[in-house]
Amino acid sequence: MKAFPHSPLEPSARAKWFAGIVVIGYAVVSLIPLAWIFMTSLRTPQDAIAYPPMVVIEPSPIGYVNLFTTRSRVGADELASLPPPATWYEALVRDQQMILAGPSRFIDRYSNSLLIGFGSTLLSVVLGTLSAYAFSRFRVPGKDDLLFFILSTRMMPPIAIAIPVYLMFRHVGLNDTHVGLILLYTVVNLSLSVWLLKGFMDEIPREYEEAAMVDGYTRWQAFMKVVLPQAATGIATTAIFCLIFAWNEYAFALLLTSGTAQTSPPFIPTIIGEGGLDWPAMAAGTTLFLLPVLLFTVLLRKHLLRGVTFGAIRK
Amino acid sequence: MSYVHTGRAASPSMRLRLFPAQGLSDRTLAWLFVGPTILLLLAFNIFPLLWTIRLSFTNYRANRPNAEDVWVGISNYQRVLNDEAIWENMRATAHFLVSSIALQLLLGFALALLLNRRFRSHSFWSTAILLPMMLAPAVVGTFWKYFFEPQYGIFNYIINFFGGPGTFTMLGDTQLSPWAIVLVDTWMWTPYVMLLLLAGLRSIPPYLYEAAEIDRASAWTRFWRITLPMVMPFIILALLFRVIENFKMFDLVDQLTNGGPGSVTELASIKLKREAFEKWRTGYASALAIIMFVSIYGLSLVTVRFLDKVKQR
Repeated sequence: MKAFPHSPLEPSARAKWFAGIVVIGYAVVSLIPLAWIFMTSLRTPQDAIAYPPMVVIEPSPIGYVNLFTTRSRVGADELASLPPPATWYEALVRDQQMILAGPSRFIDRYSNSLLIGFGSTLLSVVLGTLSAYAFSRFRVPGKDDLLFFILSTRMMPPIAIAIPVYLMFRHVGLNDTHVGLILLYTVVNLSLSVWLLKGFMDEIPREYEEAAMVDGYTRWQAFMKVVLPQAATGIATTAIFCLIFAWNEYAFALLLTSGTAQTSPPFIPTIIGEGGLDWPAMAAGTTLFLLPVLLFTVLLRKHLLRGVTFGAIRK
Repeated sequence: MSYVHTGRAASPSMRLRLFPAQGLSDRTLAWLFVGPTILLLLAFNIFPLLWTIRLSFTNYRANRPNAEDVWVGISNYQRVLNDEAIWENMRATAHFLVSSIALQLLLGFALALLLNRRFRSHSFWSTAILLPMMLAPAVVGTFWKYFFEPQYGIFNYIINFFGGPGTFTMLGDTQLSPWAIVLVDTWMWTPYVMLLLLAGLRSIPPYLYEAAEIDRASAWTRFWRITLPMVMPFIILALLFRVIENFKMFDLVDQLTNGGPGSVTELASIKLKREAFEKWRTGYASALAIIMFVSIYGLSLVTVRFLDKVKQR
C-alpha cells in the first residue's frame, strides 16, 4: 500500500506521533484519580486533608492499619501504664494515643464480596453455558423471543425490582443473606452470560460434536468432552465479567443487606475514623478492592469489547 | 471482519440428529439446558416486575408489613405524573443523559480515531484508558467526593493552579453540581464508547479508502462519506447502551451527591430510592418504577428501530 503514503490506512509518521501524544495524554490524565487514591492510602489522616495537596509523600502504613483494626482512645496515664506494644502496628496505634480494640469489619465485607462474587459467577456461568449451548445448537421453540426476553431483563432499573425483591426476601428470610445476593446477582448476570457464551458457542464448528457422535458419543458426552474444552476461553471470559459485575454491584447490596452479607461497595464509603471520614483507610480499602479488577482488565483486554456489548458485536 | 448484531438471532441451520436413540433426545436436553435459566428469570425478574405493577395500584407501605394494602386504581400514576417534583427529577435525568452521553460520544470518537492510527505502544495505552469503566461506580463516586472537597480536594487545587476562582464548592453549588456528575460519568464511560467505536472503525473495509484515494477525495470527504456512515451503527449502539445504563444509573450519584444540593442532582433513580426506602411510599414508588421502565424500554425500541434503518442503508 505504499502507493498511498498518507491514506488513513497508512498514516504519516507525523499523524501517528500526534495521535500518540494526545492518547497518552488522555490516558495519563484519566489515571491521575487512581494514582491519587493509591497515594492517599499511604498518607496519614492529617496529610490526606492538607491544602495545598501534598504530591510528595512520606509513605505511612497507618491507612492500612486503620482499615484492618478498630481502635479506642485512651488517656495518657493509662497509656503509660500499658506494657510495651507487641507488634509494629500496635506501636503505630499507640503513637496516636490509641489502643487496638480488635479487627475491623473490612475483612468480613471483603470475604463477603469474594463469596458472593464467586458463588454467583459459578451459578450464572453453569446455567449460561447450558442455555447458550441449547440456543446455539438446538431448535428451541420461540428461540428468538426467548433470547430477546433474556436481553431485555437488562433494561430493568435495579431499584425498580428491588422493592418486590425486598418484600419477597423478607417473606422467605433471604434478606441480608449470602444466598439471597448470590441468587440475585446470578439472575442479573444471566443475560450477559447467555448472550456472551452463545457467541462463543456459535463459533465452535458443530462438525466437532457430530464427529464425536458418529464415534458413538451421546449428545451429552459430546457436549462435555468436545464442546466444553473448546469453549474454555469463552467460559473464562464470561466468568470474569460476571465476577466484576458482582464485585462492583451496589444498589442491591445497599438495599438488601445490612450486616451479615454486606459486600464491600456499600461498606467502603462508611469507614469512619477519628473526627469524620478516614480518607487513608478508605483509600486503602479502595486500593485493595480495585486490585482484582485491575488484574482482570489486563487479562481481559482482548475480550473486553465482546463483554461490554454482551457479545452483540463480534470481532 | 466484525458485524453488528442486535435483537433477533439469525435462524439456525438444520439440526443434524444422529443416533437419536442414544441418551436423552435433543428436545429433552434443550429444555433441561434452558429451563433453569428461564425459571430463575421468571422468579427474580418477571415475578418482581408483575409485583411492582400490582403494588403500583395500591397504597401499600413496605415498612408496615401487616397493613392492608388498599387498591387505589391509577391514582399513584396520576400523582406521579402531576407531581412537579417528579418532572424536576426527569429534567435532571434528561440533562444528565444528554450532556454526559454527548460528551462521551465526542471524546470517545476522537480517541477512537486517534487510536486507530496504531502508533507504537498503542495497545498498552488503550488498555490503560479502559480502566475507569471497570471500577465500581459507588466507590468511584465516593472518591470523587474527596477530589471535589472544597477544603482540601485536589480538583480545587488543580483548577486554581490554572487560575481558578479560589475556593469553590463543586458539589455544594446548584449550578455546578449537575456538571460534577456529568464530569465523573464522562471520565468513567468515555473509554467504553471509545472501545465500541474503535471496533466500528476497524470493521471498515480498507478498499473503500483505497477507492477514495484513487478519486483524490479529501480527508474531509473521506470522513463524511466513508468513516462516519460506516461507524454510524456503532455510534447508535453506543448511544443505546449508554442511554439504558445512565437512565437506571444509581450508585455513582448516590455516593457522589446523593441528589443534592437540594434536589438538583436528584435523578429519577435517586428519587425512586427515597420514595421506596426512605419514605416507604411503596405504591407510589412502584408507579414511578413502572414509568421509568416503560421509558427505558420505549427509548431502547426507538433506538433499535433507528439502528435497523441505518444498517439497511
